[in-house]
Amino acid sequence: MEPRLRIENLSKRFVLHEQAKTIPSCEDVNLSVYTGKLTALVGPTGAGKSSVLKCVYRSYLPTAGRMLYRNDLGTVTDLAQASDHEVLTLRRNDIGFVTQFLHCLPRKSALDVTCEPLIARGTSAHEAHEEGKRLLRCLKVPERLWGVPPATFSGGEKQRINLARGLIARPRLLLLDEPTASLDPGTTDNVISLLQDIKQDGVALLAIFHHPELVSRLADNVFELTPPLTTPNLQETTLS
Amino acid sequence: MKKILEVRGLTKIYGSGCPRCISATGPAHDTNVCPHCGTVVAAHDVAFDLHEGEILGIMGESGSGKSTVVKTLFFDDKPSSGSARFHDGEQVQELFDLNPAEQRWLRNHKFGMVYQNPNLGLNFNVSAGGNIAERLLMNDLRHYGDIRDRARQLLARTEVLSNRMDESPKRFSGGMQQRVQIAKALATRPPLLFLDEVTTGLDLSVQARILDLILEIQQELNTAMIVVTHDLGVIRLLAGRTLVMKYGRVIEAGLTDQILEDPQHAYTQRLVASAL
Repeated sequence: MEPRLRIENLSKRFVLHEQAKTIPSCEDVNLSVYTGKLTALVGPTGAGKSSVLKCVYRSYLPTAGRMLYRNDLGTVTDLAQASDHEVLTLRRNDIGFVTQFLHCLPRKSALDVTCEPLIARGTSAHEAHEEGKRLLRCLKVPERLWGVPPATFSGGEKQRINLARGLIARPRLLLLDEPTASLDPGTTDNVISLLQDIKQDGVALLAIFHHPELVSRLADNVFELTPPLTTPNLQETTLS
Repeated sequence: MKKILEVRGLTKIYGSGCPRCISATGPAHDTNVCPHCGTVVAAHDVAFDLHEGEILGIMGESGSGKSTVVKTLFFDDKPSSGSARFHDGEQVQELFDLNPAEQRWLRNHKFGMVYQNPNLGLNFNVSAGGNIAERLLMNDLRHYGDIRDRARQLLARTEVLSNRMDESPKRFSGGMQQRVQIAKALATRPPLLFLDEVTTGLDLSVQARILDLILEIQQELNTAMIVVTHDLGVIRLLAGRTLVMKYGRVIEAGLTDQILEDPQHAYTQRLVASAL
């Protein structure tokens, strides 16, 4: 089977002009993500796991390599080269990202924040709200919070809103950055069963987990990242 | 998504100009004033595409040329060179080749502008409702009752109390004046809206509500917008893509989250680092 996403020789280095430094983040990453399967990214802090996800979502511009995304029609797009408009269309229809932190518009209720990706795609507000409520219930977000903006929520509550928002649009490729980091065991079990459901639906997942237990329960493939070499003489280049 | 606007090579200079103006100005020279002839290169070789319903941010400090770009597109100012193609359904129009009457027609029917300074966008000698009526009249709405109803609806939509529609906007607060400007700009449901520093100078809670209103309108009417601002928060909240300008040049363009999280240009890096 052709992978949903194939990453070839991906590298990301940050060039900091002010300090005339180049900081390597990930080097020469090669991995594949398949429909209905979860690929887990593991490795110590600083190994560049989040950078890989951000490159795929194009919040970071990759320094080198290809990221070949194959849509349902079999059309392949190199996310490293795609235009901004192509990336925006893919984000709307195909690729979702659940980060560790909830970035959302202030002053919008948790339910509206959750439903936003569906509404952006043209689903009616009523239908989107029904699905949003189903997910929030499933993730055990208390009903009294649904109408409140998430700014004042606890870390775990925010994370559940973030997850619901990532899952609601049923992307074809879902990027997850520690989706259960601040959840209690009961909610974590719910998240695991939700993720298993969306795998069944044919969603391809690329996820960062810290707990080995989660990896063993959910991952079909595991990819270990090692921190790039950080010897100062090797990596610090002076910019003219 | 369909393109609504294609801008290429847009340049605006103030002054006589000399052959060395372009090579002697820009971010590399830390100036937009030509040292040889004193000409101001306000914007040079600006290019971008805008799609239907999309919000594009143009970010930069004072004098970066960001307002110059929207002023030329809204025909407030004539560009020195460059082209801008506006797609109106099946029709494609070269904005800078149109005669003044055609330009006025587009301004009144297809474009909207909200200025930082309400003095520029509103006529303080007539009432708030009258300001909107003016634009409706230019759109061939003639019946007094219809015009008044539509003006009332628009003001209600932008949360201006309708019992104040007969007052001059001179007597309104800054936030309310901006709302009247937005209502006026939206009167013709234009597919393209320009917003030039619309929240600058307003207090935070008023800013927030104006920004909410802009987003709601974009979702309701699928209006394409160009938002000019020096405020990173406004960019983050509104724009899907962003251009960064300095000394008349576009130095960086990309997805807004990428510009903020992984800026490439030294200037943008400094800007983002000092704001977050």
